[in-house]
Amino acid sequence: MPNVPAELKYTKEHEWAKVEGDLVRIGITEYAQEQLGDVVFVELPQPGSKVAYMKNFGVVESVKAASDLYSPVGGEVVEANSDLESQPELVNKDPYGGGWLILVRPDDPSALNSLLDADAYSAFLDSLA
Amino acid sequence: MAETPVTTPALKQTPLNNLHRQLGARMVEFGGWDMPVQYSGGILEEHRAVREAAGLFDVSHMGEFEIRGPDAVAFLSHVITNDPTPLQIGQAQYTVICYPHGGAVDDLIIFKLGEDDFLAVVNASNTEKDFEWMQGQTSGFNVSLTDRSLDYGLIALQGPAAVEILRPLTSLDLDAMPYYSVRRGPVTGVEAILSRTGYTGEDGFEIMVAWDTTPQVWQALLDAGAPHGLKPAGLGARDTLRLEAAMPLYGHELDADTNPLECGLNRFVVLDKPEFVGRDVLAAVKANGPTKRLIGLEVVGRGIPRQGYAIMKDGQTIGTVTSGTQSPTLGKAIGLAYVQPDYTKVGAEVEVLIRGAGVLARIVKRPFYKRPK
Repeated sequence: MPNVPAELKYTKEHEWAKVEGDLVRIGITEYAQEQLGDVVFVELPQPGSKVAYMKNFGVVESVKAASDLYSPVGGEVVEANSDLESQPELVNKDPYGGGWLILVRPDDPSALNSLLDADAYSAFLDSLA
Repeated sequence: MAETPVTTPALKQTPLNNLHRQLGARMVEFGGWDMPVQYSGGILEEHRAVREAAGLFDVSHMGEFEIRGPDAVAFLSHVITNDPTPLQIGQAQYTVICYPHGGAVDDLIIFKLGEDDFLAVVNASNTEKDFEWMQGQTSGFNVSLTDRSLDYGLIALQGPAAVEILRPLTSLDLDAMPYYSVRRGPVTGVEAILSRTGYTGEDGFEIMVAWDTTPQVWQALLDAGAPHGLKPAGLGARDTLRLEAAMPLYGHELDADTNPLECGLNRFVVLDKPEFVGRDVLAAVKANGPTKRLIGLEVVGRGIPRQGYAIMKDGQTIGTVTSGTQSPTLGKAIGLAYVQPDYTKVGAEVEVLIRGAGVLARIVKRPFYKRPK
């Protein structure tokens, strides 16, 4: 089974969210990167732009196909992971670390409570198998 | 409880289905078949193995037809766009089958195995359609057409190391087999039809054997190839490899609405044959020029062209992408596209419309990749 860190929150679109003070770091899960295969291109929003809850905020592309990214929280993008421009493979190699996507200042931090916790996401993955 | 209605027919399985699963393949539906899209190492690793050493592909899903009888050559000459007449026994030929309006039924390879004995290898998803179409063209010809698709397994051994991997496994003289030749003989102890053909832009072979013997041949090739760096490779790598080599894929660069001259396959369309299906339309296309032409694109900006994306010039749509990917060998995003015939100049700049934004691209020569001699 793919790694599902206990301290993160998850979406059914296979993004993770991590609270860091008053900011939220966002990425895709190990399951998601396994399903995508080799990631060769990532398109992310500019810092300062807005993202909305479960709306498309970018694209991650494997050799074969492009997949939309959905934001677990609404808010303002504080930083996008510029390492992915030259090393998109970080999404595969380190999806919960160096392969993070964006850092967001959430409009409503309590919105995170509606996301799946690690147990619920693991159960969701089991249901897909 | 009512019985659950069957909504999707079961996928067909090649004789290697279990071996793919044991190798950790991710399986996907392709043309009605359950096929490996990649193995555990991923598409990029498989692609690199084929360019630098060798890869082993299961292409048993492809269709095989036997065409036999005193009129075999005349029948083929009537059905295909290429000219089978000059073919010698032991030679293969790439060709297209067209409808009377010039659109492609399929692209395929024919193998001349005997004086009145040919084998055609067709795209998996087109097998039934092709067989029906060809069968419908047989009247007046003393020829028998037999669908042998489920009698033959087909394995492609591709890459610069292919010949050295194969050499100890066959008594056939591989040095006497030029590109597009075919022989009958034993491969890994199994009677095979061996051709020097492929769909990767590399040197390599395709090995056709009886369906039930396919697993033992596959395993013997994997074992013998491993020290050379051979890896099993799936449909994902097959697609990136053929795209770098700018080889057309039916459903992308060719279809019933696209003729082979638009696709740039002129040298496989022999218009000075007395007759063949589609000839009149194709001759007119040749005389007047096609209404669309295939081009190769290299993306200059950021983004990857994908099938269906629009090609723009000065704010006007001039064409559509048919295939695209991030080229593993070149490290650039590349694509094939059909454009209006006035916009095919190599070096010219166009835009690919990617998620609503125009991304700069340049028209480049095809193929994108050519193997070192």
